[in-house]
Amino acid sequence: MNHILVAKDVSKSYGDNIALNKVSLEIPENSIYGLLGPNGAGKTTLIRIINQITHPDSGKLFFNGEPLTEKHISLIGYLPEERGLYKSMKVGEQVLYLAQLKGLSKTDAKLKLKYWFDKFEIGDWWNKKVQELSKGMAQKIQFIVTVLHEPKLLIFDEPFSGFDPINANIIKDEILELKRNGTSIIFSTHRMESVEELCEYIALIHKSEKILDGKLSDIKKAYKKNIFEVGMHSARGLELITSLKAKFNITDEKFDIAESQLNFTLQLSHQNTQEVLTQMASMAPINHFLEQVPSANDIFIRTIASKNSND
Amino acid sequence: MTKLLLIIKREYLAKVRNKSFVVMTFLSPILLVAMVILIAFLTKLNDREKTIIAVLNESDYFGNEFVTTESTSYINFKNMGIQSAIDSTLSLGYYGLLSIPNDDSLEKIASNTFFYSKEAPSTLVINKLEKIFEVRLEQRRLQELGVSKKDFEEIGSSFSLRTSTFSGELNVKGFNEIRAFIGGAFGYLIMMFIIIYGGFVMRSVIEEKTSRIIEVIISSVKPFQLMMGKIIGTSLAGITQFVIWILSASLLLTIVIMVFDIEPASLNSASQMANNGLSEVANISTMNEKMMALGTEIYKIPWVMLITFFLVYFLLGYLIYSSIYAAIGAAVDNETDTQQFVFPVILPLMLAIYVGFFSVFNNPHGPIAVAFSLFPLTSPIVMLMRLSSGLGEGGVPIWQLVVSILLLIVTFMGIVWFAAKIYRVGILMYGKKPTYKELYKWLKY
Repeated sequence: MNHILVAKDVSKSYGDNIALNKVSLEIPENSIYGLLGPNGAGKTTLIRIINQITHPDSGKLFFNGEPLTEKHISLIGYLPEERGLYKSMKVGEQVLYLAQLKGLSKTDAKLKLKYWFDKFEIGDWWNKKVQELSKGMAQKIQFIVTVLHEPKLLIFDEPFSGFDPINANIIKDEILELKRNGTSIIFSTHRMESVEELCEYIALIHKSEKILDGKLSDIKKAYKKNIFEVGMHSARGLELITSLKAKFNITDEKFDIAESQLNFTLQLSHQNTQEVLTQMASMAPINHFLEQVPSANDIFIRTIASKNSND
Repeated sequence: MTKLLLIIKREYLAKVRNKSFVVMTFLSPILLVAMVILIAFLTKLNDREKTIIAVLNESDYFGNEFVTTESTSYINFKNMGIQSAIDSTLSLGYYGLLSIPNDDSLEKIASNTFFYSKEAPSTLVINKLEKIFEVRLEQRRLQELGVSKKDFEEIGSSFSLRTSTFSGELNVKGFNEIRAFIGGAFGYLIMMFIIIYGGFVMRSVIEEKTSRIIEVIISSVKPFQLMMGKIIGTSLAGITQFVIWILSASLLLTIVIMVFDIEPASLNSASQMANNGLSEVANISTMNEKMMALGTEIYKIPWVMLITFFLVYFLLGYLIYSSIYAAIGAAVDNETDTQQFVFPVILPLMLAIYVGFFSVFNNPHGPIAVAFSLFPLTSPIVMLMRLSSGLGEGGVPIWQLVVSILLLIVTFMGIVWFAAKIYRVGILMYGKKPTYKELYKWLKY
């Protein structure tokens, strides 16, 4: 698989404070890569290193196989967590300026801006000053500025912080569309719900170190515990529990007499799921049988907790 | 390079389009002209109000010495007692009463002469009266010695030491002061420019931090490019403002002088009034001669050299200080936190101006003047003051100029390196105001 960005043993410290300790990452091309971690873990430092805003003390970075240099700046789009615009500058002038700083020519920038301004239906903002815009409006402008030069790699640092749900959805759809068009995306956040929806790969950074990375589905598989939630229909629930308990490891049982509904949690060890299902179905009709897959949030909390207890 | 140009252009336009900048640029010359009109008006008003002094002269030594002038007129009282003279002065509303008693010698008369007035008299009036007495006493003594007034004037009424450099170039006394003054004006200009536009650079950096656009920009350009673009763009805006000021102020002043018919000299009339004595008439011709000599001397000031080095020192000095200002702006979050850092920056500038005015005026090539014109943080101002007296023989030795500029260039590179480091780290730091110790740590990041 081709990697858009590879980091090898990247370290950075500020005085005595270590911000990154030998962090290595491989970000596959055309994927959405979640960079997760609590506040202060070192995510922003890593992102700033990728953007060449700060330079690592040691370690190497490769962009599309080549060592990362200044010429790659125009291939990266970055929406920082601390983001803003010049307040007293007009919207049009400002986006043109920022686009030109990214290396676009003025005519190119104008054409592309027209596309985005039409898409977001904000053409009439061109001559407004930024201070006249609402926060949500300003964020749309910032998003446009980030993606305008059609970068190969997009980096979003906490992209949804401060967005209202409607705007957050618009941006989310745009991110997905950019991905479909071949862009690779790094997505830094500590908010897990957005990770589940968007990211195929994740890396977990904690206390300046990478403690987990890989494909999200693989990680989830590895973190599964063979626990299932089962629901059965039976008027004689209590008898059923007793006979089930004789065969299986069952906890959290709940019996609703009025509905004749028995719900419980099943912990499997070595048994084959199909056999278990057949056995159970012979005892009473099953109306749901669901594997408990850990959420990204669970994985996040569990990994950090186990890391902390190990330290 | 294109990115630097883009940044310079943006900074320049942002500054020039700023409302307060526009207002300042066009209002200042108007204010200046309004002030000139006001001064001229007040001076004329002052002239119109005549001081009337009553003279009670009982002696034979004084007769027609009290000549009524534009600003002062004298009324002679005769055959009155002192008390009734005072009463009539009061009732007539005159400024005061000069009482000259009769005696056998002028010295005794002079020591018994009194000036009575309602309030404490102005020094201007007293000076005038004293001058009259002095002239009269002088005449009297010359008479006693048998010297005629004409002879006395020929002996040496106006001797001024002619000064010359060893190379034989003739100078006029007072000329050094004028040269130093011109140098001082250049130095002062540099200081004002640094403080005003350095402050602009600083505020512009703070604005980028508080609006949080900084990280967006430095993901496209290097912090150093941004800093230099900002400094250059702001200074171009400053130069624009200065040019507009000079052009519009001179234009407006010409118009005002033509329309209101103000004599430029009348602006100095306050000082003229002070020595409005009798001797002035005699001195006019020599004064004209002096003015002409000064005129040619001002013409002889090495303007090309002076302006060339003004530009050199201005450029280097401004770059040094404005990069410090940029670093300060990067280190703090808001303007109120800047005080602690700005003061040590202004200090050498103030020092340079004071050393310049006190030391360079008196002795342009003395040890203190030399030291401060070599020290990089003060040299842009002090060296310019010294340079006005010429370069090479009789002026600033060439080696001093070379050393001074070299030191300035080395310092410039050092300071810009240092400021860029602080700037690079500072722009990404939010929150508390850093201490000097933390700033030192940033250098090592």
